Amino acid sequence: MSKNVTLTIDNQSVTVPAGVTIWGAARKLGINIPTLCHHFDVKPYSGCRVCVVEAVGARALVAACSYPVTDGLVVFTNSPKVREARRLVVELLLANHPHECLTCDRNQNCELQKLALDLGVKEIRFEKSKPTWVVDRTSPSLVRDPNKCVLCGRCVRFCADKQTCSVYTFANRGFSSIVTPAFGKGLGEVACTLCGQCSVICPVGAITVKDDTEKVMDAISDPEKIVIVQTAPSVRVALGELFGGAPGSIVTGKMVAGLKRAGFDRVLDTNFTADVTIMEEATEFLHRLGSGKDMPMITSCSPGWINFMEMFYPELVQHHSTCKSPQQIFGALAKTYYAEKEKIDPAKIVSVSIMPCTAKKFECTRPEMNASGYQDVDYVLTTRELGKLLKSCGVAFDQIKPENYDPIMGIGSGAGTIFGNTGGVMEAALRTAYEVVTKKTLPAIEFGAIRGLAGLREAEIDLEGTKIKVAIAHGLGNARKVMDTIKAGNPRGWHFIEVMACPGGCISGGGQPISSDINYRAKRMAGLYEDDRQLTLRKSHENPEVKALYDEYLKEPGGHLSHKLLHTTFHNPHMDLYTE
Amino acid sequence: MTSDNTLRRLQRADDLDAMKAKVLPRIAIRKDPKAPIYEGVTHHVMICCDTGCTSSGSRKIVEAFENDLKAKGLDKSVEVVVIGCHGFCEMGPLIVIYPDDVYYVHLSPDNIPQIVDETIKGGKVVEDFLYKEAETLRPIVHYKEIEFYAKQKRILLTNCGHINPEDVTEYIANDGYKGLAKALSMKDNTDALLEEVKTSGLRGRGGGGFPTGRKWELCRNAPGDKKYIICNADEGDPGAFMDRSLMEGDPHRLVEGMIIGALIIGADEGYIYCRAEYPLAIRRLRLAISQAETLGLLGDDILGSGWSFHLHIKEGAGAFVCGEETALIHSIEGKRGMPTARPPFPAISGLWGKPTNNNNVETWANIPGIIRNGGAWYASFGTEKSKGTKVFALTGKVNNTGLAEVPMGMTMREIIFNIAGGIQNGKKFKAVQIGGPSGGCLPDSMIDRPVDYDSLIEAGAMMGSGGLVVVDEDTCMVDLARFFLSFTRDESCGKCTPCREGSTRMLNILTNITQGKGKPGDIELLEELARNIKLSALCGLGQTCPNPILSTIRYFRHEYEEHIFHKKCPAGQCVDLLTYWIDSEKCVGCGSCKKICPVSAIDGEKKEPHVIDINKCIKCGSCIEACKKYKAIFKK
Repeated sequence: MSKNVTLTIDNQSVTVPAGVTIWGAARKLGINIPTLCHHFDVKPYSGCRVCVVEAVGARALVAACSYPVTDGLVVFTNSPKVREARRLVVELLLANHPHECLTCDRNQNCELQKLALDLGVKEIRFEKSKPTWVVDRTSPSLVRDPNKCVLCGRCVRFCADKQTCSVYTFANRGFSSIVTPAFGKGLGEVACTLCGQCSVICPVGAITVKDDTEKVMDAISDPEKIVIVQTAPSVRVALGELFGGAPGSIVTGKMVAGLKRAGFDRVLDTNFTADVTIMEEATEFLHRLGSGKDMPMITSCSPGWINFMEMFYPELVQHHSTCKSPQQIFGALAKTYYAEKEKIDPAKIVSVSIMPCTAKKFECTRPEMNASGYQDVDYVLTTRELGKLLKSCGVAFDQIKPENYDPIMGIGSGAGTIFGNTGGVMEAALRTAYEVVTKKTLPAIEFGAIRGLAGLREAEIDLEGTKIKVAIAHGLGNARKVMDTIKAGNPRGWHFIEVMACPGGCISGGGQPISSDINYRAKRMAGLYEDDRQLTLRKSHENPEVKALYDEYLKEPGGHLSHKLLHTTFHNPHMDLYTE
Repeated sequence: MTSDNTLRRLQRADDLDAMKAKVLPRIAIRKDPKAPIYEGVTHHVMICCDTGCTSSGSRKIVEAFENDLKAKGLDKSVEVVVIGCHGFCEMGPLIVIYPDDVYYVHLSPDNIPQIVDETIKGGKVVEDFLYKEAETLRPIVHYKEIEFYAKQKRILLTNCGHINPEDVTEYIANDGYKGLAKALSMKDNTDALLEEVKTSGLRGRGGGGFPTGRKWELCRNAPGDKKYIICNADEGDPGAFMDRSLMEGDPHRLVEGMIIGALIIGADEGYIYCRAEYPLAIRRLRLAISQAETLGLLGDDILGSGWSFHLHIKEGAGAFVCGEETALIHSIEGKRGMPTARPPFPAISGLWGKPTNNNNVETWANIPGIIRNGGAWYASFGTEKSKGTKVFALTGKVNNTGLAEVPMGMTMREIIFNIAGGIQNGKKFKAVQIGGPSGGCLPDSMIDRPVDYDSLIEAGAMMGSGGLVVVDEDTCMVDLARFFLSFTRDESCGKCTPCREGSTRMLNILTNITQGKGKPGDIELLEELARNIKLSALCGLGQTCPNPILSTIRYFRHEYEEHIFHKKCPAGQCVDLLTYWIDSEKCVGCGSCKKICPVSAIDGEKKEPHVIDINKCIKCGSCIEACKKYKAIFKK
C-alpha cells in the first residue's frame, strides 16, 4: 500500500504515497489549490469544481480533491484554462448567492467570500437570483438559510458519515436542488442531535448558531438582574482564535477579564462543577461496580450525545450515569447554594453559560432542568457568540490584562479542565476513583493510554487489584458502535464508557471557532492538557471549593440533596415533536 | 403461445437444438410461404403492439381480429401473434399476414372483418390498407420492398417484429441462446471469447463509443471475487426509443447477451436498470428472465455447465442523470442518483464497491450474434473504426418516423432522405440533432459525411444512443438549443456547479435572445460558459450539455445574430420577435379577422383594408387562420 508515486505538478517533481490526491500532492509543493466542497473532515465530493486542474491526458479538467495521483502524471494547477474555469465557477456560485455579506454571520469568515477575493472575481455577469426559501428557525440551536447554501454537501457528508445521523439530504434536481432535512421538515422537527457540527463545517452562512447575545446583553443592562456567567473548560483554548490567536492558546485570564468588562456580575468556572460531576459520578460508578447493576456505566457531559442516546437507543438509557452535566450542575447550584452563600435572591439571578456546544442551548431548556425552582441556566452562548459579544463590547483582547475567576464556584482542578478533551472525563474520574478505592496517591496522574484522537479507544486500568475496562468514543458514529456493542451483550466486558458527540470532544464542539487548521483538534487538545499541567490542583476531590460545597451544603456525594439538585432522568422533549 | 408451466429445464446444449427443431415447423410459414401447414394453422397475423403502436390503437386491432376470427370460426386456423416493434412507427397500427407476407398499415378495428374475409379467407390483397410510396403513391404489398425497410441492414433487430417476444421458444427457434451454448462450450477458454468481442470491433452503443472488448477486459482483470454486470436501459434522450423497442421486441437477446458477457467478465450477478416509464419493456424482461430461469439458461448451473449467473431488474425513477453510469450505480444501491468522480472507475470499484461492467441495451444485445457468428462476421459491417450496425430512432419533421438499423458509415443524407423519406410537407431540411440533448446538430452541408463515432465528434455532434431529431426550415435554431438546454437544466442532478448553475445561466441567456432581450456579447458569454462547462463539469451529462449551443452557434451563428442585433427570428418561430401585418393589397376588408381578434387589435371599415394595432396584438395567430382565403395577414 505504501508504494510511492512520482508526478509533476506545475513543472515541479514530487513523490508522494500512492492514493494521495492531486490536492494533497500539490500542498507538499506549497501549491494551494482552492476548494469549496472539500474539507479535511469529510470524504472528497468533487462537486463544486473550484479545485479543477489540468491532468495531461484527461479529456476534461479533473477535481484535484479526489483525483488520485499516478506515476508520471503531469498536472497544471494554474494554466489559463484552469484559471478561467475556476473563476467562472465562483462567478456562477456568486450569481446564485444572496449578496448580504455585510450582515451575514460569516462575514470575513466565509470561504466563498475568500474564494472570490483570492481568485479575483470582480464582476457577476448574470442576473442575480432572488431568495426563494424560508429560513428554518425550528431548531433550538441552529438556523438554516437555504438561500445561502452553496450545495457543497459538507453538512450532508459530515452528518451521515461521521455522525451517522443523516439529518441532511439533497432534494430536488438541478437549479432547484437544496440541502434539507427529510421531507422538507425543519431541523427542529427531525432526529437532529443538535451537535452543531454542520454549522462548523458549512463554508458559508447557510447554517449558523441561534444568536442569543442580545438577550444576554439585555439582562446585563437590567439593573435588577445579577448576571452570573460560567465558562466551560474548552472555551479557554479556543476563544483566542477569534482574536487572531493560534488554536490551543490558553486565554483563560483574558476571557475572564473580557467577561467582566462586558458587564457580567460574577465570572465563575464550569471546571468547578466538572469537579463536582466527578465526585458524583465516581461515587455512582463505584456503587454500580459493586452491585453490578446497569453496567457498563456511560458517562458524558455531552448533550448532543444525550439526545442521540434518547432518540436512537432509548432502551439503553439506564446505562447512563444519572449525573447532570457540569453546566446544569452549575445552574442548579448557582440559584441555590451560591445564592444562599452570596445572599442573592435567586429570582434575580440570570445564569449564563459560555459553551463550546450548540446542544447546550437545548439542554438548558429541558423541563427537568429546574432543580433550583427556576430554569437553572437561562442562556447559553457558544464560544463564537462570546467572541462577537466581546467585540461588540469593545474588549481589546490583545491588550486586556488577565484576571481571575470570582470566588466560590470559581476554582476548578486540572481534572475539570480536561473535561473538554475526548477521554478527559474518563481520566478525571479515574484520578478520583483510584484514590477513593485504593486510598493511595496516584503514582502517575496522566493516563496516556486513554488520550489521543483515535475514534474508539479502550484500556484496562488497574485500581490495585480491581481491573476496570474502559472505553472512550467521540463522534456519534463511534458512539453508535459502542451502543451496538452494549446491545450485543457487551462482549468487550467494558465497565466504564465515556462518549462525546463531537469528534475530538468539546474542544471541537459545534459552537467553537471555525478553523482552517487541519490540526486544530490536536492543538486545542494539547492546550487543555497544558492547562492541566500548569495547575497544582489536578484532582477533583482535592478542590477546596468542592470540599466546602460538600461540607457545608451537599453533605456527601450521591446523597439526598445531590440527587435532588445534581441528578436527572432521561426523556427527550425534543423527540415529542415528531413521535406520535 | 407457450406458457411458463409447459417449459422444462434444458439439461445441456443439445436440448436447445431439439427445442428449436420442435418449434420451427410451427412458425415456418413466416419464412416460407410454401411451408407445410402445421396443426391446421394456415395464417399468422403479426400485429405490432410495442409502445408506439399500442398508443395508436393496436391493442384494439388484436381484439378485433380475435373477435372476428372467432365469429367466423377461424380462431383455430389463424394465429394472432402480438409482436414487438416492427420499426415503421409512422404507419401504426400495422400488421403482417403470413404466409403471403401482406403488409397493412394505418388500420382501425372496422377494417378487420374485411381483411379476414378478403385476405385471409379470400387470399386477396386489399389495396386500401397497403402502404403507398410517398411520391408515386404506388401501393406496396411486401414491406421488404418499401424503401424504409429495404435500405436497412437488420442484424440486431432481426427478430424484432418477427417473433412473439413473450415466447422464448420462438427466440430459440431463431437460433436464440445458441451463442450462449457456444460460449459455455468454451467456458474454460474465455480468453478466446473475449477475443471474439474485440475482433468484432463493437463499441459502446450508449454514446461514448468505448471499445466493448477492452472495457470488459478491464473489469475481467480487476481484482475481486465478486463482480457485477449492469445493463443501462435508462434510455432518456428526447426522441430516442431504440432500447425500448429492442427490449419490447426481442428481450431474450438482451438477456442472452448479458449471460455471455457475465461468463467472459467473470460476474455472477447482473442488473438491468430500466426506467419505470417503460412498463411493457419491464414486463417482457421479467417474463424473459423467468422463462430463461425455468429453462436453465439463467440462474444456477446454466445448461448443466456448473456455472451460475443471476439477473435482476431495477426500475429507475426517471431521472435522466441515472443514465450516467456512476449515478446509475448509486441508484441501484438505493442512494440518490448523483454521479461521482472517476477514478475509481466502475471496472475497479462499482456497484457496492465491486468491479462492475456497464453497457447499454444495444451493446449487450449485439453480443449473441457476435459470439454465434464470430467477431469477424460483425466486423464485416460498418467502417474501419466503427464496426457493425447502429439502430437509430427517426423523429421530427421526417415522413417516416420509426426505428432503423443501418450499417455504420451510411451517410446521414441516406438515412434522412431514403429511409426516413425526407421532410414532411415538402419543406426544406434544416438540421438534424443527433445524440439527444448531449449531442449537436448537423446542417445540410454536413450530412454527406459517413455516420460513425469519430466523424460525428469531428462535426461537433456525437453518436449518443441514436436518437435523430430532424428539423425543417420552420425551426428556429436558437429556440431548438433553448429546448435542449431546458431539458438538461431540468435534469441536472444539481451536484456540480458548472452544470447546475451554468445550464441555468445559458438557458436564461437563450431565453432572453428568443424574447428579443439579447444583448451584444451574449454569444461570446454563451461560448465562454459552454467552453468551461464542457471542461469542468463532473459527469458526461454536464460536460455535454453545452453541445446543442455550441453546434447551433457553429452552424447557425447568423440566426443568433439576427435575434440579438435585429430582433428578428429568421424562422418566424420566436413569438416575441414577430409582428403581424395585413397586406393592404390583398385585404378585401371582409372583417373576419377583426371579428376573431380576441383583443380587438384589428380595425378597418368594411371592404377597406384593415390594420393591426401592434401595441395591442398578442400574436395569437387567430387572424392568420381567419384569413386563410385571402392570405392577407402575415408575420414577420
